[in-house]
Amino acid sequence: MELDSKVPSGPIQEKWDKRKFELKLVNPANKRRYTVIVVGSGLAGASAAASLGELGYNVKCFCYQDSARRAHSIAAQGGINAAKNYQNDGDSIWRLFYDTVKGGDYRSREANVYRLAQVSNNIIDQCVAQGVPFAREYGGLLANRSFGGAQVSRTFYARGQTGQQLLVGAYHALAKEIGNGTVQMFPRTEMLDLVLIDGQARGIVVRDMVTGRVSSHAAHAVVLATGGYSNVYFFSTNAKGCNTTAIWRAHRRGAAFANPCFTQIHPTCIPRAGEYQSKLTLMSESLRNDGRIWVPKEQGDHRPAAQIPDADRDYYLERLYPSFGNLTPRDIASRRAKEAVDDGRGVGALKNGVYLDFRDSIQRLGKSVIEERYGNLFEMYERITGENPYAVPMRIYPAPHYTMGGLWVDYDLQSTIPGLFVIGEANFSDHGANRLGASALMQGLADGYFVLPYTISDYLARVGPTKTDSTHGAFGAVEREVSERMKTLLAVNGKRTVDTIHRELGQVMWDACGMARSRGALEKGLEVIPEIRERFWKEVRVPGRGEDFNQGLEKAGRLADFLELGELMCRDALHREESSGGHFREEFQTPEGEAKRDDERFAFVSAWEFTGVGSAPTLHAEPLTFENVPLSQRSYK
Amino acid sequence: MNLVLHVWRQASPTVKGGFVRYEAKDISDHASFLEMLDIVNEELTESGEEPIAFEHDCREGICGSCGLVINGVPHGPQHGAATCQLHMRHYKDGDQIWIEPWRAKAFPVVKDLVVDRGALDRIVQVGGYISARTGAVPDANATPIRKEYAELAMDAAACIGCGACVAACPNASAMLFVAAKVSHLGLLPQGQPERRDRVLNLVAQMDIEGFGSCTNHAECEAACPKQISIDFIARLNRDLLVTSLAQTPEHMVAGAG
Repeated sequence: MELDSKVPSGPIQEKWDKRKFELKLVNPANKRRYTVIVVGSGLAGASAAASLGELGYNVKCFCYQDSARRAHSIAAQGGINAAKNYQNDGDSIWRLFYDTVKGGDYRSREANVYRLAQVSNNIIDQCVAQGVPFAREYGGLLANRSFGGAQVSRTFYARGQTGQQLLVGAYHALAKEIGNGTVQMFPRTEMLDLVLIDGQARGIVVRDMVTGRVSSHAAHAVVLATGGYSNVYFFSTNAKGCNTTAIWRAHRRGAAFANPCFTQIHPTCIPRAGEYQSKLTLMSESLRNDGRIWVPKEQGDHRPAAQIPDADRDYYLERLYPSFGNLTPRDIASRRAKEAVDDGRGVGALKNGVYLDFRDSIQRLGKSVIEERYGNLFEMYERITGENPYAVPMRIYPAPHYTMGGLWVDYDLQSTIPGLFVIGEANFSDHGANRLGASALMQGLADGYFVLPYTISDYLARVGPTKTDSTHGAFGAVEREVSERMKTLLAVNGKRTVDTIHRELGQVMWDACGMARSRGALEKGLEVIPEIRERFWKEVRVPGRGEDFNQGLEKAGRLADFLELGELMCRDALHREESSGGHFREEFQTPEGEAKRDDERFAFVSAWEFTGVGSAPTLHAEPLTFENVPLSQRSYK
Repeated sequence: MNLVLHVWRQASPTVKGGFVRYEAKDISDHASFLEMLDIVNEELTESGEEPIAFEHDCREGICGSCGLVINGVPHGPQHGAATCQLHMRHYKDGDQIWIEPWRAKAFPVVKDLVVDRGALDRIVQVGGYISARTGAVPDANATPIRKEYAELAMDAAACIGCGACVAACPNASAMLFVAAKVSHLGLLPQGQPERRDRVLNLVAQMDIEGFGSCTNHAECEAACPKQISIDFIARLNRDLLVTSLAQTPEHMVAGAG
């Protein structure tokens, strides 16, 4: 396997223009002779499918939800970054680029990040034109706020529902193309495998989740926009349905998986309340703009928050990071919260959280201002916990949230399988070892609206509008494999439910490959995960039939893939003997407890090649060079 | 707490459904309603029975997937919240709970508590958008928008497309859904060029899909997890009236009540 990043030569500011000019175009009259499959309908998938439809390609778009509008991008609350500099506070494309490379702890590809910053401004223009109701100032112009890890106000937002509004915008664009007949939409349809012909991605095998029917769809190129894999931990902020199946199946078919251990643990989630809990809920990190994070100075201080005087409180982020304070990047804020709780200074009935306190901002700004900024988040918190955050501080704790890792892609967003493109959270490209707040929405829409529609044309023009249909033998063979696998799952008829096994895997992943990692814990994880996987295939019970609406069967298939992915994540984390961003190896830290990178040995992208279940994957390294943002230790002091 | 559930079970769209009694035991106050159903489903699965099919995804009240009629009320007793945001502290030991799917001609049952809401997507596909081709747009600040209108558009845009408004309406009308869409886009300067066609096409499609007409019961507003106001229905009716007086063939204006 050869990793050619295809990054254009020349100054970084000119690379994207240069590449766009080099890319082959498809003749307008020929576009309708090409079929492109887009899997996923979140920000990346919907924007790509809509844009490709507008260009005139035949597009088939698939999602597992009952409507394209429900993809998990919808749950993003805080905002979307762009280098507009509308606030006149010194922002620029260069600064957004610089912040993103540095925030990613120097493990992303400079050229991709620069392009992301460049097109960020187009995204805001596009969204406003679609009717996204961003927050505005009294003069009618767009409002901005600052967001975790940035010293400029470059985040655009729509109350606490930015993801929803951007997704509705992309969904509208998609609906327009569905209405026009250029996009054919397949809701409640799950991709279960990728089909290759002569080494090229030529289609997918799917299951109709209502009838259970397995079928094939052929195309000239396949685009995966299927999101992240945080649900490997069972407890995460992801929707219950989010899964790794599409990218994992593609990985098994030859797509390299890059930096699988780079996961982001989000600092502001509601702590777990009990055993029965099914997921963790995120509170937007925008709350950190006005909330102060603290724990009691002393262990065992059980007084209610209001009775603890300032002198007995430890505002630990403000103490450790005076210039960034409560706005330190996510990885740091998360790790420091874990330390406080591990130190026995956690708060709440289960002592498993830290306070996020709005007392001072309510005094300073008034309750109505806080309500205007965060009203819906405060309501959401109260519904879940039964506590009123205007009166008592919120309790928060980190939770798995976003996965920077994903399928390896080149500058054109093409994976190591020709014809297989990967966009949004599903790829690895832009966030390095840590993603900054409000950058996921930016990347999803950048890829879908402004990058993929250009780069895919180059591939399509090269392969030509050859006849492609699902009668080719390769489709039948994959369909049989898919059906066999489901039959096996249904036939085990063991004693354990999918969820109990998933919770077991999640706990192992959290202990081995969660917020803090160590050789010992990772080695143990690598021992235990294959055992759980083996037991899964002997002990799982999936009631019902395959030819039916069967949610248990859907979950079982997804867990089977998580059980393979988990092992790869631990392997990657074990191999990477450094700490960078969200990947914190306890053995590699500075005396102050910060992540200690090893640029000599690990300034590369780990791209893993599948060699079989239970067999050691092969590592390929894409070296990373930093010509524009000099390597330095991140400092948020 | 221990509860008695009466859950609508229906194997497929074509077979007859009915209520089946289940017991939910040792449920914590802090559990969510869907987590309570998870517990029941785990027990059903362990005993080899098919678990209850219900729709859910984000479990944070924003994706709009979930939707159960609980003791006759869409999304249950908590005002302004989706089913997934309902916690068991609203119930007490010994309560009996009836759980049903959305009931509407335009939302056929798929299985148990899951319905097909594709009709709402089809309404959007006939014009519930602003046509803005990728890349062909002006600078975002080129058109200032009065804050008041932007806020009002956002109030309407908060719709999560769950369909509770339809389930709550005695006529199974989708007027609140359509009104929210039409108002969100019609309040913004970018939405003006297509405003008239949008309102006509959406209302016409609503009729085609088999939704009923609005007769001002306001049950939709009460059930809406995003508390979208029926003022938007008034706005829709005004748009519809102005548009139809202006230019429209009669067949396109039916149904808005």
